[in-house]
Parts: sequence; C-alpha cells; structure tokens
Amino acid sequence: MSRESIVNVVLMLGMLAVPLWAYSADEPFIITLTTRAAILAIAGVGLNMALGQGGLVSLGHAMFFGLGGYSMGILASHAQTYTPLMTWPVVIEGTSSMPVIWLLALLMSGIAALITGALSLRTSGVYFIMITLAFGQMFYYFAVSWPAYGGDDGLSIYVRNQFPGLNTLDPIQFFAIVYGVLLLALTLAGIIARSPFGLALNAARQSPARVEAVGISPYRLRLAVYVLSGMVTGLAGALFADLNRFVSPSMFSWQTSGEIMVFVILGGVARLCGPVAGAAVFIALEHFLGGLSEYWHVYLGALLLVIVLFARGGLVGLVAGQRHAHD
Amino acid sequence: MRMTEPVLSIQGICKRFGALQVSDSVTLDVQPGEIHALIGPNGAGKSTLIQQIAGGLQPDAGRVFLCGRDVTRLNTAARSRLGLARTFQVSALAMEDTVLQNAVLGALGATGHPFQMFGSAMGRSALRSKAEEALRRVGLSDHAHTQTAELSHGQRRQLEIAVALTLDPKVFIMDEPMAGLGTQGSQTMTAFLNTLRSEAPILMVEHDMEAVFALADRISVLVYGQLLATGTVAQIRNNPSVQQAYLGTDT
Repeated sequence: MSRESIVNVVLMLGMLAVPLWAYSADEPFIITLTTRAAILAIAGVGLNMALGQGGLVSLGHAMFFGLGGYSMGILASHAQTYTPLMTWPVVIEGTSSMPVIWLLALLMSGIAALITGALSLRTSGVYFIMITLAFGQMFYYFAVSWPAYGGDDGLSIYVRNQFPGLNTLDPIQFFAIVYGVLLLALTLAGIIARSPFGLALNAARQSPARVEAVGISPYRLRLAVYVLSGMVTGLAGALFADLNRFVSPSMFSWQTSGEIMVFVILGGVARLCGPVAGAAVFIALEHFLGGLSEYWHVYLGALLLVIVLFARGGLVGLVAGQRHAHD
Repeated sequence: MRMTEPVLSIQGICKRFGALQVSDSVTLDVQPGEIHALIGPNGAGKSTLIQQIAGGLQPDAGRVFLCGRDVTRLNTAARSRLGLARTFQVSALAMEDTVLQNAVLGALGATGHPFQMFGSAMGRSALRSKAEEALRRVGLSDHAHTQTAELSHGQRRQLEIAVALTLDPKVFIMDEPMAGLGTQGSQTMTAFLNTLRSEAPILMVEHDMEAVFALADRISVLVYGQLLATGTVAQIRNNPSVQQAYLGTDT
C-alpha cells in the first residue's frame, strides 16, 4: 500500500471514529459537526474531479450545491404542505423520501452542468473561472428573487426527510447515510482516475494538443467530467439541506464556491482524500477558533497561504509526500 | 509515382494572416511508401502548413485529402482517428505521466472509445501490449516506467514517435524530428525513420539537410508561403532557384 493510501485509510477511519466516540460520550453536536464535514467533503470530492483530474478551475460549483439543496427544499416543502408540485400535464407530488430527492438533485445538477459546461468549456483559464462564476451568480439571484420558495429568506423544512429502514432524525444514523455516500463518491472518483477515461482526462490537463493528436477531443473529456463533478456536488447539496433542514440562496453564493475550492486546495488538489482532509480541517478550525474569535477566517487564510506557498500537495501531500508517477 | 492514389494530398491551400500570405496555393501529396521532406527558410510557412494539414488551423481556401477523403472540415481529433499521426516540434506529452502511460494513451485513442470509465487503463492488456510494442520499436522499453519529464530531449522525440506508432497510422506528419538531437542522435533517428516508411509514408519538416538528403524520396521547397519546387533529391540539389533561395552557394 502506498503512503497516500495509508493516509486515506487513516483519514476515513478518523472520520468514522469521531462520531462513534461522540455517540458513546453522548455528544450529538459533535456528530452533527462531523456530518457537516463529511457532506462538505462530498462537495469537495465532486469539485476535485473537475479541478484535480481535469484542471478545470470552476468558481461556480455552488450552482450545483444549491441546485441539490433546492431539489430537496422544493420537494420536501410540497410534501409538508400536501400541495402538488404541479398538476398539469401530470400531477407531481412532493416527497420526503431521500433517495427520490437525491435522484432529482443528481438530475438537476447534471443538466445544469451539461448546459453551463457546454458553454463555459469553450473558454479556458481566467475566462473559464469568470464564466462559471457568472453562471453561479445567475442561479443565486434567481433564487433570491423567487418568492414561491422563500426568496431571500430561504425555505425551512420541519422534519428531516426519510431513508428506508433508518431513523434520519437520529444524528448517528444520518451520519451513517452521509458517510456511505462519501465512500461511494470517493469510490467513483478513484475508479474514474484509474480508468482509460481518467488517463485521457489527465493527459488533456497536461497537454491538450497531445490528446487531440491521438484522436480524442479534450472538450468532450472535460464536459463529461464537469457533469459528473457537478452531480456529485449536487448530491452533497441535497444532504447539506437535509442536515440543516433549511435551504437558502446562500448555498448558491460565490462564497460557497470559494469554500468548496478551499477544501480541495487545503487538502490537496487531485489527491483522492484531499477534500476530506480539507473539509475536516475547515470544520475543526471553524469550531475551535470560531469560539475564540469572530475573525477565525484570518487563521484559515494564513493556513491556506502557507499551504499554497509551501505545500502544493495540500495537507495530504504534506503527510504522504510527493506523488511519483507510476502505472 | 503517379500510378497510385496518394495517401495525403493537399490542393491549393491558401492562408492569410492580415497582410501576410503564409500559404499561397500550396499543392503537394504524399505517396505510399515515400518520405516527403518539406524544407524552407525560417518563416516560410512550414509550421502553418503542417497545422492546416493536421487540423489545428482552417485554410482560407483549398482542400486536404486523407486516403482520398476530404478532411478539410474535420478537426484535429477526427483527422487523427482517420490515421494522421503527428509528432510535434516541441514535444507535447503528458509530462507527469510515465512513458508507458503516454503510449497507452495513444493506443486508447486508436480504439476510438476513450470514454471507458471502468476498469484500470494500465490493466487493459490490449492497450498495454500495443503500447509496449511501440516503445520497444523506438528503443524506450527500459524507460517504460520513467516519468516522462525525466526523459532527455532525444528520448522525448522517440516517445512522440512511439505514440504515433500506436495510432495505426496511415501517414506520419513530423515537425522537425531531428531538432536538438545532436549528430549521434540524428543518425540513429535517420536510420529508424528509414525503416518506418514501409509502415506508413512520412511528411516531415526538417532543417537537418544531411538527414533530408539521406531519407527523402521527394523534397518540396517552401519559400514565403509558395511552393518553389518539388522533386527528387537530385532535382532539388540542382535546381538553381532553390539554390539561390535556400540552400546557398556552398551546396
């Protein structure tokens, strides 16, 4: 097992151990905090597929996070008021079933990624960053000015949605669901990185001309990973909304996009479990420093600066060492 | 030479950048089994012409045919899939990846199905054996697991050709394969390219005249975007306008 694999296993076991300890110590808040870190890690795993594998610096991933959130909010709000979502041409009812909500979240973020990706991937570099940012902001302002679903105030859901066979209101059981989804997302990211598609995608990041010269369109590779990446982040958004039982336009804000990117960079770009480390450290700092000072972001900023300047492989790279090429 | 259908044929290619005519009605072809060298002074428009043949740049007028098929409107990736294998003047390789991974990428491109998201790329025996065979042919087998960035300049050239070999090429387009190789390396490469013509014809841009004279069946001379002459080595050597425009008096 490589050193990075060991780091990954330790990270994932640690993320499991904290809530288990909190459960035995009867500290439900710590369980919720870890659940939050795990959900944000899923969002980061999504972004890392585009950013790490594809080299796509998207500052618009809040768009998918928010779409996932609003998928949950809209379906669940109709379920709790017993009003159908639409009556024509077919009657669609709201639902409080998590799997159905996830499906809608995946679908909505996938479609959004396909459309916005098809347009923004025609550009590159700083233009790509700006276009994805612009798309994200479009969704933000749309959500702010959509009174049917709370507009600026957001949308509260009073009961957490249901998952067959589990009591989702029990923090440890909800954590189990989230942890399972995180494992699935990591498995997907790992499989793709090793796959023939992943090989071509990674080559397209390093030398697009090379990929074209072997008959593969870099644009299509990037669009495919952008859609997958958006869907994973969208799923995280649905879970995040369920954790808080609340959705608001801030899920769409560019600050959210920035935070997701901070998880990835902090943990290690293109490192499988980088976003897990990044999100965990982010939540830990927020929890411990946030209590001491309102301005805890200063310390986060300093840490980020040090990582970017001195440890390009992020926290995972710092512990696992430089990555060597291998096949 | 006119008996067979050319593998690659370009007809009346014109390209203008503002006031600068970089390609002026260029017509040339590459016959099966031949090495066709494209020479010309710096700024003659050789690289621009190669780009138009490979698909990176659309000509203003004229057509490009590959095995009789009009590919003028196709992009680079589509032309590569039809068997146009290109090597670059400045090596374009995935530098973080291993040598073998770069060759496997070529083999993957040749399958026409790069969107395989399951299973390990390096575990595909079909891709891997094809890649290993190409590396063996260019003499890079010992470096298969080396990171590409660690290769010497000459080895990167060899790898570029190995990747081209994995594509089941119909024609090779090589932009200065000898550049920066040194005398020894240049001779090795010349000998290797000589064996390659039986696999697919080569159109190459080259400044190393020794290599060109040793390898080329035909030479085309490009000056200020215009084709000055096309002919055998002897014809080009003895062509007075070529001597004046390009080769200088010492030839």
